[in-house]
Amino acid sequence: MQEIFTKSMARNIYYGGSLFFVLLFLVLTFDTHKALPQRDNRANLTEQVAAGKRLWEENNCIGCHTLLGEGAYYAPELGNVFVRYGGKEGIKAFIQSRPANGIPGRRSMPQFNFNAEELDALAEFLKYASEINTDKWPPNVQG
Amino acid sequence: MQYQSQGVAKLYFMAAIGLFIAQIIFGLILGLQYVMGDFLFPAIPFNVARMVHTNLLIVWLLFGFMGASYYLVPEEAGRELYSPGLAKLMFWIFLIAGALTIVGYLAVPYATLAKITRNSLLPTMGREFLEQPWITKVGIVVVALAFLFNVGMTVLTGRKTVVTVVLLTGLVGLAVLFLFSFYNPDNLVLDKYYWWWVVHLWVEGVWELILAAILAFVLIKTTGVDREVIEKWLYVIIAMTLITGIIGTGHHYYWIGTPTYWQWFGSIFSALEPIPFFVMVLFAFNTINQRKREHPNKATVLWAMGTAVMAFLGAGVWGFLHTLAPVNYYTHGTQITAAHGHLAFFGAYAMVVMTIISYAVPIMNGQEAKSNRLQVMEMWSFWLMTVSMVFITLFLTGAGILQVYLQRYTADPLPFMLVQDKIALFYWMRVGAGVIFIVGALLFVLSFLPERKGAAQAA
Ligand code: HEC
Ligand code: HEM
Ligand code: HEM
Ligand SMILES: [Fe+2]
Repeated sequence: MQEIFTKSMARNIYYGGSLFFVLLFLVLTFDTHKALPQRDNRANLTEQVAAGKRLWEENNCIGCHTLLGEGAYYAPELGNVFVRYGGKEGIKAFIQSRPANGIPGRRSMPQFNFNAEELDALAEFLKYASEINTDKWPPNVQG
Repeated sequence: MQYQSQGVAKLYFMAAIGLFIAQIIFGLILGLQYVMGDFLFPAIPFNVARMVHTNLLIVWLLFGFMGASYYLVPEEAGRELYSPGLAKLMFWIFLIAGALTIVGYLAVPYATLAKITRNSLLPTMGREFLEQPWITKVGIVVVALAFLFNVGMTVLTGRKTVVTVVLLTGLVGLAVLFLFSFYNPDNLVLDKYYWWWVVHLWVEGVWELILAAILAFVLIKTTGVDREVIEKWLYVIIAMTLITGIIGTGHHYYWIGTPTYWQWFGSIFSALEPIPFFVMVLFAFNTINQRKREHPNKATVLWAMGTAVMAFLGAGVWGFLHTLAPVNYYTHGTQITAAHGHLAFFGAYAMVVMTIISYAVPIMNGQEAKSNRLQVMEMWSFWLMTVSMVFITLFLTGAGILQVYLQRYTADPLPFMLVQDKIALFYWMRVGAGVIFIVGALLFVLSFLPERKGAAQAA
C-alpha cells in the first residue's frame, strides 16, 4: 500500500492539479468578463451611481446590511430595497428620518446627515444594484 | 528550544492572544446589540463593533501565523532566523498600525476616518473585512514583505523541508492575494468578483496550506512519526485543497450578477471541498495512533486532534450544508452563513494557532510541557471554548432555519425586522454561550501565566 501511492505521486498531483485548476479559473474569469456586459447593468453605471457607491463605502453601510446577500445580517437586504420601496423617494425619506439617538429598544440605523445630492446618489446606486441580473435572487421582495 | 531566534515568536503569540480576547469582547457587544438594538448606540454602532470584531480576528490570526513561522522555520531549516531584529521591528510596526486603525474605527465616525486617511485618493474602504484605510493596507503589505523576506532567506539558506515549502507557499499566496484588496472598481459585480479572490481564496485556499503545514509540524514533533509518511499526507491534503477550492470560489458567484454557469462549477467543486478537511482528520488520528513516543504535552495533542475535527465540522460539514446553489438560493446571507463563518474560523484557524501556542510556549519557557495542573486547566479551556462554539453555531443555525422559512420560503414571507423579533430567543442563547466561550479563552491565558510558588508541588 505504502509503495503503490508514493510521496512523489502525491507531489505531482499537487503541482499538476493546482496548475490545471488555476488555469481553468483564469479561463472562466476571462469568459465571465466577456459575459458581464449583458448582466451587470453597466449601461446605467453613471457618475452619480459611482458617487453613490463611494458614499455607501465611506459610511460602511455593509457593516449592518447585506447587498446582494453579502455583508452583515443585522439589517435588511438592500440589493432589492428599490423594488421593496417602489422607487427612490421612499429610500431617501427613510435614510433622512433616522433619529440621531436611535429608537429605544430597536436596532437602530445612524443619522448620517446627508445633503440632497448625496441622498440622491445613494438612492441611484441602490437602483442600479437592483437592476443587476442576479438569477432571480432574492426569492421574494422581503430580501 | 533549539535556536535562540525562535524566541521572537513569543511576542507574536502574546499579541495574538491579547487581541483574541479583545475580539471576543466585541463579539459579546455585537451579540447584545442583536437583542438590545440600542445597546451602546450611537457611541458604538453595530457596524463599528463588527468591524473591530472581524478585523481583530484577521489581525490576531496573522500574528499567530507569523509567530508560528518564526518558531518552526528555524527549527526546520536548521539555522537561526535570518534577522531576528527585523522580526522584532515588524512586530512593533504591525501592532502599532493595527492598534491605530482600531482606535480610528472607535474614535471617529467611519466617514471621518475615510476623509482623514484620504480614501478618495485610492478608494478601498467600506467593504466587508477590508475596511482598513489604504495606508493600513499598505502597512500590511510592507510587514508581509519584510516577514516573507526574513522567513524566505532562512529557508533558502537552510534545509528545505516539505513543511517549510508548503508553509511558505501559503504565506506568499496570502500576501499576493491580499493585493486584490486594492482593486475596487465602480462596477459592483466586478468589485464583488475580485473581493472573493481575497476572502475565499484565503480561507479555502492558501490559508489551508498554512494550516496543514503547522499541523504537520506539531504532529511530527509530538508523535515522532517518520517525516516521509507525514509529508505524503501533507501533499494529499494541499492537492485536494487547491483542486477543489479554486473553482469552488464559484459558490460565491451564484447571485451577484455573474454568469449562471457558476451555479454548476461552484456547486460541484465546492461540494468536494470537505475532502481535504476530512483527510486532515484521518491524518491527525492516524499519526497519533502510530506515535513513536509519548509526548508529555498532552494538551497540545488534544488541540491538534481538535483542530482537525472542528475544521472538518465548521468548514466541511457546515460549509456543505449551504453550498449547493439550490440551497444557497434560500440561505444566502442569513444566520446560516454566520453559523458557518464562526465554526469554520474557530475550528480551523483559531484552533491551529492555539495548537502551536500550546506546543511552543512551554518550550520557549524552558520546559517540554507545563505542569500537570496547568495542562488540565488548558484542557478545560479547550473544552469550554469548543463546546460553547458548537452551541453558538447550533443556535445560529436554528435562527437561520427559521429566518429562511419565515422570510424566504413560506407562501406569505414576512419582513426582515419582524422575523428578527420572532427569533430573538436564539440570539439570547447565543449570548449565553458566548459568555462561556470567553471564560474558556481567559482560562487559556491563565494556564500560561507563571505558577505561584508551591502551587506546582501541591498539584
Ligand atoms: C448601525 C447599523 C446600520 C448602518 C451602518 C446602516 N444601516 Fe440602514 N438600517 C439599519 C437598520 C437596523 C434598519 C432597519 C430599521 C427599522 O426597520 O427600524 C435599516 C434600514 C435601512 C433601509 C430601509 C430598509 C427596509 O427594507 O426597510 C435603508 C434603505 C437603509 N437602511 C439604508 C442604509 C444606507 C444607505 C446605509 C449607509 C449609508 C445604512 N443603511 C447604514 C441599520 C444600519
Ligand atoms: C463570544 C463569542 C462571539 C459572539 C457573541 C460573536 C458574535 C458575532 C456577531 C453578532 C457577528 C455579526 C453577525 C452579523 O453580521 O450580523 C459576528 C461576526 C463574525 N464573527 Fe463573531 N462572535 C463571537 C466570537 C467569534 C469568534 C471566536 C470568532 C472566530 C474565531 C468569530 C468570527 C466571526 C466572523 C468570521 C464574523 C463574520 C461572519 C460573516 O460575515 O459571516 N466570532 N460575530
Ligand atoms: C476554514 C475554512 C473556511 C472558513 C474560515 C470559512 C468562512 C466563511 C465566512 C466567514 C463566510 C461569510 C463570508 C461573508 O461575509 O459573506 C463564508 C461563506 C460561505 N462559505 Fe465558508 N469558510 C470555510 C470553508 C468553507 C467550505 C469548505 C465550504 C463548502 C463546502 C464553504 C462554503 C461557504 C458558502 C457556500 C458561503 C456563502 C454563504 C452565503 O451565501 O451567504 N466554506 N465562509
Ligand atoms: Fe468560499
